[in-house]
Formats: sequence, C-alpha cells, structure tokens
Amino acid sequence: MATRQTRTLARLMMAPSVILLFIWMIVPLAMTLWFSFQNYNLLNPANVSFAGLFNYKFFITDPAFIQSIWNTLVIVVGVLLITVIGGIALALLLDQPIFGQGIVRILIISPFFVMPPVAALVWKNMIMHPGYGVLADINKFFGLRPVDWFAQYPLLSIIIIVAWQWLPFATLIVLTALQSLDEEQKEAAEMDGANFVNRFWYLTLPHLARAITVVILIQTIFLLGVYAEILVTTNGGPGYATTNLAFLIYRTALLGYDIGGASAGGVIAVILANIVAIFLMRAVGRNLDK
Amino acid sequence: MARKVSTQRKWVATIAAWAIAFVIFFPILYTIITSFKTESEAIAGISLIPSGTLENYFEVQSQRDYFKPFMNSVVISVGSTLIALLIAIPSAWSMAFSPTKRTKDVLMWMLSTKMMPAVGVLVPMYLLFRDTGLLDTRLGLTIVLTLINLPIVIWMLYTYFREIPGEILEAARMDGASLFNEIVYVLTPMAVPGIASTLLLNIILAWNEAFWSIRLSAANAAPLTAFIASFSSPQGLFWAKLSAASTLAIAPILIMGWFSQRQLVRGLTFGAVK
Repeated sequence: MATRQTRTLARLMMAPSVILLFIWMIVPLAMTLWFSFQNYNLLNPANVSFAGLFNYKFFITDPAFIQSIWNTLVIVVGVLLITVIGGIALALLLDQPIFGQGIVRILIISPFFVMPPVAALVWKNMIMHPGYGVLADINKFFGLRPVDWFAQYPLLSIIIIVAWQWLPFATLIVLTALQSLDEEQKEAAEMDGANFVNRFWYLTLPHLARAITVVILIQTIFLLGVYAEILVTTNGGPGYATTNLAFLIYRTALLGYDIGGASAGGVIAVILANIVAIFLMRAVGRNLDK
Repeated sequence: MARKVSTQRKWVATIAAWAIAFVIFFPILYTIITSFKTESEAIAGISLIPSGTLENYFEVQSQRDYFKPFMNSVVISVGSTLIALLIAIPSAWSMAFSPTKRTKDVLMWMLSTKMMPAVGVLVPMYLLFRDTGLLDTRLGLTIVLTLINLPIVIWMLYTYFREIPGEILEAARMDGASLFNEIVYVLTPMAVPGIASTLLLNIILAWNEAFWSIRLSAANAAPLTAFIASFSSPQGLFWAKLSAASTLAIAPILIMGWFSQRQLVRGLTFGAVK
C-alpha cells in the first residue's frame, strides 16, 4: 500500500512532465486561437486589429481550401488503402516459412527509417524522373513513352511515396499480431477442412482487427500532416493539385505572411485532427483496461 | 508443433518474399549504388554497378559542409531524447508503481497532446521562437523535439515499467531501502532494457522529424532533414551527390532501426500490439 508520503512523492515526480505538456498543449493553441480572430500580417505588423470571423471566412472561401481538404482526404485514404491491404498481404507472406526470413524482414522494414526528405527526393529524381528515372528507363526498354509522374499524376505520385514509407509500418504491426495467433487454432481449422479463404476470413482477420485499427488510426494522425514530401517534390503544385491542409497553412503563414488567416486554418486543422484522435484514444484506452 | 511444410511451398513463398523485398528496398539500394557513381554515370540509365568513386562523399563535405548538419542532427536528436528521458522516467515510474484513479486519464491526456497537428501551432511557435531568439538554434529545436516526443517516451517507459513485478520493490522497501536506493539499485537495473529501447526509438523519431526541424531552422541549426530538403531546388545535375548525402543521412538510423524492430511495434502502438 502506498503511504501518503510516497503518494506526495509520486505527484512530485510526475509534476515536471505534466506541467511541461500542459504548457505545450495550452499556450501555442491559445495563441493560435487568439491570432485567428486578429487582422495580423507580418508585412504590416504595426497594424493589428480585431477581425471577428473574417479570417475563417477568408480561409474557408479560398478555392484552395476545398481542394486542400479534398487532397488531404485523398492522401489519407489512398495511402491507407495501399498500406493496409498491402501490409496484410505482405504479413501473411512473411508469416510463411521462408529462407532468409530475417533479411527479408530487414529489407521490408527499411523504408520506415528513411527520413521524409530523402524518401521524397530519391523517388522524385531517381525513380520517377521522366528523363533519367528508373521507371522511365523501364518504359523505354519496353518501347513505351516515359510517364512524367509529377506533371501527369502529381497527387498519385505523392501517395506512392508516402505509402512506400508507411507500408513497412503496417506490415510489421500486422505481422506481429499474426505471430501471436494461436498455432493450434489454425491447425484445428485446417483439420476441420477450412480452406485458406475461410481460415483467413473467420479466424485470422478477426484476430487482426485490433492491430489493423491501430495501424489505421496512427497512420491517419501522421497522414493528415504530410508535409516534407510535398515540400521537396511538388511544392504544392501544379497549381494546388498537391496542396493539402498542412501545406496550405504553411503557405498562408510563411509565404503569405498572413498570421490571422493561417491561424484560422490551424484551428480548423486542430478540429479535424481531434475528430480522428477521439477514435484513437478510445481504441488505445480499451487496451489499457485489460 | 510446427507444421510440416512441403519444400516446394517454402520455395515459392521464399521467391515471392525476396522479390517483393527487393522492390521495396530498391530505392534505398539504388541510392547507395548511385552515391558511388560519377554525376554523368548517375543519369546514364539503370546500372547496378557503379564505378566506385568516393568523390561524391568528399564533395558533399567540401562543397556543402556536410559535417555541420550531421552534428546538428546528432546533438538535437540525442539531446532531446536524453532530456525527455530525464523528465519521463520519474513520471512513468510513479504512474506504474503508485497508480491512482486518475493515472489512466493522465496517460490518455498526455497521448492526446501528441495528436495536435503541428501546423495547428506553426504560427505561434514561429513567432515565439522569433521573439525569443530561438529560431535557428539547436536549443530551440531540442526543446520542440523534447516536447513532441515526451508523451511517447512516457508511454513506452510506462508499458515497460508496468511489467516489473511490484513485489520486488515492496521487498526492497521492507528491507529498509530508501526511495532513492529503490530507484537506483532495484528499479533501474530491471528497467534498463526498456529504457534502452525507448532511447533508441526516440532517437530515430527525432532524427527523422521533418516538420519543425525544417521550418524552425536555417543555415545555423539545420539538421540533416533540412539539409537534404535544400537539395530540392534544382541546381544542375547533382544526383550522385544527393545520393551520397542521403546515404550518410539514413545509414546510422537504418542500422539502429534494424536493431529495434520489436520495440518499434510496441512503442508506436503504445503497447496495444506486442
């Protein structure tokens, strides 16, 4: 039993982390909220006034806003589809007995450790470049016209790069969950004559449900904020074709110097992320109860 | 009992797995290969055999002062991780061993700070940093990365600490060990593996963090993420040099990552998948 003394001590030991995180949570967010109601432009910093809801109206009615929301959704959903389905398939494959499993695992997990600017630049220059990229070389070999990825399919290109970075994560987590599946259950199902599809559908998939949920939710949090990959490849273009919400806010703030408008965008981004976060917290919270 | 698998089936799975692994790893492999090519070789079409020149590595250093962002990355990622550990260890310890009714809520709340999108607070952070002179300093980036990763550090430590049997601590207490001794001589040795993998994973996360490190740094404190991103502006043919810089930037973290695969799953899913 904890005595009162140790309880006080426990609180003291928690205090620094709680205080720091509290400040980190409250101060910048409160400032964002405050700025979002101000007319504040860095080009004219002396002239700050109350703006009411003008910034929100300005940000939301900007044609780029709707497109950026759409692009954000397409990136999140596109990457999730590729990584979750691909991750399950790959994990099922890696769960089989294969020669050199350790090395295969290492090769497949590697993209996750590549920093975003490197991943994006390598794909842009060495893989997808219409003149000298590997994909162009392959096309030429088969006598086809090389694809100018970032001009013809800009958003798809971003999705491919980001999916490449996250596929290892999904694979690794599904594989970890797969390996905790009871071998005897599998064997019993097999003996009862269940074929692969049935075993997968009625036994494996339900077992993977939580791992897949966690993959989806954690990835969504990160995918809502994809930034560096866009910055170094398309810089949001052509036009606004690859501008997501994160990138639009950056553009408004640091390229447009519009502090008020960017803050309004920031508040909107926080609200969107919170909707997702609520689901994640529930999923993780359920696990904590066990 | 392991099932008996036909050799044929094992070979089919092996070939499929290796083929997919090759495709997935190819961009990294090709970057490493290209870093040993000359610039004209680099754009001459697919070739998996480089001429083996080390020129790019020397030029990245002599022309772009590679060592500076490299050291910035080391200082910022290691520094922020150590500070986060220092703050997190007592916190996670007390939550794991003297939990109260509110411990779970506190943990969830800490995690929720991680959900805040970075862009949401870009504007105030930029202004705060500008006004306090923290813009483009290692100290500023270290502070931000400490705060960003603190919830993950606490969570990871918490899930590890929770697996340490509380009876051992009680026994130590019965024998008259002070709280200080309890932590230093009983808890720490048992917690070292958990602390080590937390350290490893968080250095990886801090090293690869590419929003704040790019936006809040310029020439002085730019870590490798910002340094590599600066290669995006076209300045003639530079792929071999870009590859050399990229290889150097990802190699240490790739190797650390290979050693921390297991902990990665645990740490990034907050213990939900083990």
